[in-house]
Amino acid sequence: MISHFLKLEWKQFFRSATFGKSIALKIIIGFLALYFILTFSVIGAGSFFILKKTFPESDPLQIVNSYLIFAILGDLIFRYLMQKLPIMNIKPMLSLPVNKDSLVHYVLGKSSISFFNILGLFFYVPFSIVLIVKGYDITGVLAWLLSIILIIQSANFLNFLINKNMIALTVIIGFLLILIGLQNFEIVDVVSLGGKFFDAIYATPLYSLITVLLVAALYRLNFQQLRNQVYLDEAIASKVEEAKSVDLSWTDKLGDVAPFIKNDIRLIWRNKRTKTVFLMSFLLLLYGLIFFTSDVYKDMKPLLMFASLFITGGFTLNYGQFIPAWDSAHYKMLMSQSFRYRKFLESKWVLMVSMTSILYLLSFPYLYFGIDIFLMITAGAIFNIGFNSLFLLYAGSFNRKRIDLTKSAFGNTQGTSATQFLVIIPLMLFPMLLFWGFDAFVGYNSGFIAVASVGVLAFVFKNTLMNFIEKKYIRDKYAMINAFGKEA
Amino acid sequence: MITIDTVSKKYGKAEVLNINALEIPTGQSFGLVGNNGAGKTTLFNILLDLIRPTTGAIVTNDISVHKSEAWKKFTGSFIDESFLISYLTPEEYFQFIGDLRGINKADVTSFLSQFEEFFNEEVLGKKKYLRDLSKGNQKKVGIVAAMMGDPKVVVLDEPFANLDPTTQIRLKKILKTLTENKEITVLVSSHDLSHVTEVCERIVVLDKGAVVKDIVTSAETLQELERYFAV
Repeated sequence: MISHFLKLEWKQFFRSATFGKSIALKIIIGFLALYFILTFSVIGAGSFFILKKTFPESDPLQIVNSYLIFAILGDLIFRYLMQKLPIMNIKPMLSLPVNKDSLVHYVLGKSSISFFNILGLFFYVPFSIVLIVKGYDITGVLAWLLSIILIIQSANFLNFLINKNMIALTVIIGFLLILIGLQNFEIVDVVSLGGKFFDAIYATPLYSLITVLLVAALYRLNFQQLRNQVYLDEAIASKVEEAKSVDLSWTDKLGDVAPFIKNDIRLIWRNKRTKTVFLMSFLLLLYGLIFFTSDVYKDMKPLLMFASLFITGGFTLNYGQFIPAWDSAHYKMLMSQSFRYRKFLESKWVLMVSMTSILYLLSFPYLYFGIDIFLMITAGAIFNIGFNSLFLLYAGSFNRKRIDLTKSAFGNTQGTSATQFLVIIPLMLFPMLLFWGFDAFVGYNSGFIAVASVGVLAFVFKNTLMNFIEKKYIRDKYAMINAFGKEA
Repeated sequence: MITIDTVSKKYGKAEVLNINALEIPTGQSFGLVGNNGAGKTTLFNILLDLIRPTTGAIVTNDISVHKSEAWKKFTGSFIDESFLISYLTPEEYFQFIGDLRGINKADVTSFLSQFEEFFNEEVLGKKKYLRDLSKGNQKKVGIVAAMMGDPKVVVLDEPFANLDPTTQIRLKKILKTLTENKEITVLVSSHDLSHVTEVCERIVVLDKGAVVKDIVTSAETLQELERYFAV
């Protein structure tokens, strides 16, 4: 039985949206994954030395221990918001001759190797290795590590309990409130008590058995709860969202493009991935802070230009690069309706330009960093509005990958192809080079002016460029219909 | 109304469609039957200029569909669920199609009121997105949307599939009224022989991309078709 499940897992993993991609994308994703693993490991291994250096009198292990309780609580909150039990997987198996007990074990077992449980290990394992190398007691460290792993697993199972069960949630919240109260009114020092618990495990490895019991108990509770709910109308029911219609008639002022704008607003707001793109663009507004607050970048002006482009361009770049694949699911229908293709493109353009303008208005506080920075952001905004919006529309005509909007946003690379990587060159590198060239050789504000004038120029010739783009889209219509019709 | 002239479609060496000549007069209710892979959907896709034929052309109302887009104004169609916009509510979807076809909000509402019975209180005002409707209810939305904006040609691929028996009967009634005045040309494909024979005055059987039968519907047609398919 287990081997069957493992085979299914294997196929699911390698045929998933993330992996079923071109080799180039696989390599890039591989590198990214490696990068994160390395970063975490370096932090894990390095933290021992950093702690030792910063607090020479204290034991690094004890410092880590005293903060572990916060890490566990944070982890639990994060899970509560993000992690769901992968229960829909067993739906196709319900009517097959498979024991329901093993199905529930399978779901629970699968959850224990989820991303949420593994990420932390990249910190704890290297940290433990350093501890052992530094002469800490091997049994103690291993017991400590085991306890941490089991506590992470406990958090995993606890989360499913409180996610599914209001009573469990109330109990947990009540428990937390009591702990906070005890700490606050200085009745019991919960934080140091938590620290002492982990210290004790290191000192007396036998205590780690407590965490074994904890995991076993939580697993048992989960199993009991789930076992009774393996029905389509209970645990395995697919959730139906209640539709919320907002009056968008204010867009009617925009004339012909209004129906498409309305549609796009709904597209963005009602699908996870597009919503993430939208919300991320506000987060990218803060991107400049990394560069402008640090002295390291003060003299690397092209990099500052890069940051400036991102501040106002978050939406245009992230949304624009997948035009028209956002509409890939119903592209056939659009192509059988009577409207001028221009209107469709124009609506996307209006959307990108409006969002860039809004983000530009929101970027005014950057004036705090001086007029030079602000001029750079202004030049970036003009470039984004004039050049990037049109360029992304043009680049979009090369998109041949379907995007399934019902799939989640996290790590979703659907719709990504070489196009997405190639467009970065003109979008980001070109203005950086332009800025650098003028700034270095002509000097005195010419960098801003050069970047901004490209934007203005593109804006002035918008109609001509739009005609050209429209023709390209019409020419590629059949190829796009064909590609978008294929399952992603 | 619609002239199909030596239309063929090849993918590599495999020929999926090859129709020499087919003329569909204005106001005819035209039925297309055939087994899976017979080329029904391919023919409709070519008619809607969604794929290009390898040879030949389809001319509707003197407009070659590949050369001009003017036919879109008088053609309503529903091929499959990909014609729906999954994240809209039915009301919003109808309004979107209405906007594209130049129908104002009040007219969309009054148009939809004709289909109250067809929707059977399962479509409008349910606070559900199209993606959360059942297959049958999705189909209802698509079929009604295809009839918006006074089309001269209505193309429906497998309209009866996934509908419950009551709705199938109601759909037959709707299709019959549509062609009553002999002004609207209706093209329907189906796997259900009894439905097409009931609704269509002419039935064409496709097999491996070729026309093998072209029948004017009569009392014997259903039996004839059943005999043909009972291999």
